[in-house]
Amino acid sequence: MSLKVPTMAEMLANGETADVLFWVGCAGSFDDRAKKITKAVVKILNHCNVKFAVLGTEESCSGDPAKRAGNEFTFQMQAMMNIQVLNGYEVKKIVTACPHCFNTLKNEYPELGGEYEVIHHTQLIQDLINTGKLSLEGNQTFKGKKITFHDPCYLGRANDVYEAPRSLIEKLDAELVEMKRCKTNGLCCGAGGAQMFKEAEKGNKEINIERTEDALETNSSIIATGCPFCNTMMTDGIKHAEKENEIQVLDVAELIANAAEL
Amino acid sequence: MIQISVFALLFAGGVGFFSWNVIKIRQNILLGRKLDRTDHAADRWKTMFLVALGQKKMFTRPIPALLHLCLYAAFVITQIELIEIVADGLSGGHRSLKDSLGGFYTFMISFIEILSVLAFFATVAFLARRNMLKLPRLTMRELKGWPTKDANLILIFEIILLVCIFTMNGADEAAQLLHSNTSYGFAVSQFIGPLFFGGIKSTETLHLLEQIGWWGHITMVFVFLNYLPYSKHFHILLAFPNTYYSNLEKKGKFSNMESVTNEVKLMLDPSADPFAAPANPDEAPQRFGAKDVTDLTWKNLLDAYTCTECGRCTSSCPANITGKKLSPRKIMMDTRDRLMEVGDSQRKHGKDYQDGKSLLGDYISEEEIWACTSCNACVQECPVNIDPLSIIVDLRRYLVMEESKMPTELTGMLTNIENNGAPWQFSPNDRLNWANED
Repeated sequence: MSLKVPTMAEMLANGETADVLFWVGCAGSFDDRAKKITKAVVKILNHCNVKFAVLGTEESCSGDPAKRAGNEFTFQMQAMMNIQVLNGYEVKKIVTACPHCFNTLKNEYPELGGEYEVIHHTQLIQDLINTGKLSLEGNQTFKGKKITFHDPCYLGRANDVYEAPRSLIEKLDAELVEMKRCKTNGLCCGAGGAQMFKEAEKGNKEINIERTEDALETNSSIIATGCPFCNTMMTDGIKHAEKENEIQVLDVAELIANAAEL
Repeated sequence: MIQISVFALLFAGGVGFFSWNVIKIRQNILLGRKLDRTDHAADRWKTMFLVALGQKKMFTRPIPALLHLCLYAAFVITQIELIEIVADGLSGGHRSLKDSLGGFYTFMISFIEILSVLAFFATVAFLARRNMLKLPRLTMRELKGWPTKDANLILIFEIILLVCIFTMNGADEAAQLLHSNTSYGFAVSQFIGPLFFGGIKSTETLHLLEQIGWWGHITMVFVFLNYLPYSKHFHILLAFPNTYYSNLEKKGKFSNMESVTNEVKLMLDPSADPFAAPANPDEAPQRFGAKDVTDLTWKNLLDAYTCTECGRCTSSCPANITGKKLSPRKIMMDTRDRLMEVGDSQRKHGKDYQDGKSLLGDYISEEEIWACTSCNACVQECPVNIDPLSIIVDLRRYLVMEESKMPTELTGMLTNIENNGAPWQFSPNDRLNWANED
């Protein structure tokens, strides 16, 4: 099935308006692994006939890594340009699969003139299920499988979203196993604060290895997460532990898309 | 009469010297940049009530929380007895409140005694944890020297305070028994009294012992009070304002830099006049980010004085757990040490005095601040809502925006964002390619 990915520009040209803008983000647009997550989200949106659109080539980095790295100039330049585009399309509601974009758009754009309702894709999917637009009834894909959820810092501690991704995993008829450090105590994957783009400082261990060990302790066959960067870090951790044949790292959107056989 | 005078002198001296130190600390904190934290008063009171008074965040680690609660409760409730001690001291009376309060007095003192016994055992447990169990977070590098001594001194002071209270009440109980064969009926001293002092058959000796306990206790109270401003233990007071002025926003929201917003707006506004006179020509432009403590906000500085060096932040920091140099606790300790240095030298040499040192460089290294993942674990963990992350970010801002100093990979990342609108080298025109790939 081919994906329907309308852009805001196309929508406008056709005299249509989107109910929600899907903010894809840089990882979701360019990173090969994260692109699969993006497509899973689109499959769900298509399946549920959500009237959405993307900015496409008009989208630009939210500025998160620049702000975390301390470059407020670059951040604000990015933010102001994006806000001009978003306000130009009179965007009201944004969904994104990247907690970093989510946090920045939701919390840091308003002061610069960009006020939108911003939700994480797990919250949107939860809503689609709650309103009956998406049904996972009778799905057997993950039945009885042990799944652990790694809290992305920018979703969890930064924005207090802990429940939405977990409620989705529970819908899979799978066994949700918590790591010893979870929710407010969750351990970072090591990518935040612009660490994704640099080598770690000298230490005795990589953070993603430490976190992967937490996940391995749960004996889960799937590590679920809700962030493209966490996904990369955990995938690397699993490779380091030479467990890539036994354990999968999947985004919650991928789990749902698989279960719904999309 | 002499006793009353000595007490009055001790009281005035103790309170006076403490006040003088508090004024200095207040001056130091106000060296920080402006920040408005006066909004949402109801939420702020609630936060203070839950986090400081209610110790809500302590209980993520139940054992130390319980031990701490014993000490905390005893400390708070003992203040009631302190009122009586001060009243006795200034009037020359003995148990001034006893007659007017009646049965409630017995209940009150009994309550204080029970909590004091719990506090005694908690203090011993804390000493053992620090010096025998050697918990990693209590033996880290930044605690070498004075911080370790400070921690032990506080605990020893507390033991002396408690021993004095029981000497006072115990000897008094024994004297009462000897004198009139009646008991005060206080929960603990009715047993401790006969046990430790029952063998003494001289009213004078017992009275002297009670006096030693009384004077020992009140002297320790004033010593302790005046030790606070020099110690990490100041948190017992600052926890309250510090939680009141907590950041009420989502933790992920980093502060917006107004000064940058103005510049960026000018850059994006085609009709802006680049040669226009600045709005406030007399005002020296503020430094971007923070190089020294005076570039931080007053709340950052209040945070630093509030820190009691428990190390929960550091023990939950992913960078620290994996052996990096960063320790959020050290960030707070360095900020306070540097602030005390700056405050003292400004009071000595005048407002514009520069000692050639700075927080960044002389206290905190670049390696430390670049190890942070901004995961907010330290902020989440702090039982008194201290925010080490905001200091780390402000130090990064200074390095990046004022000195263009950052790890080389980050230079590349930032250039990519500026040139292609993504942290990697991809063309913005390829942003939607994923939609047509298999």
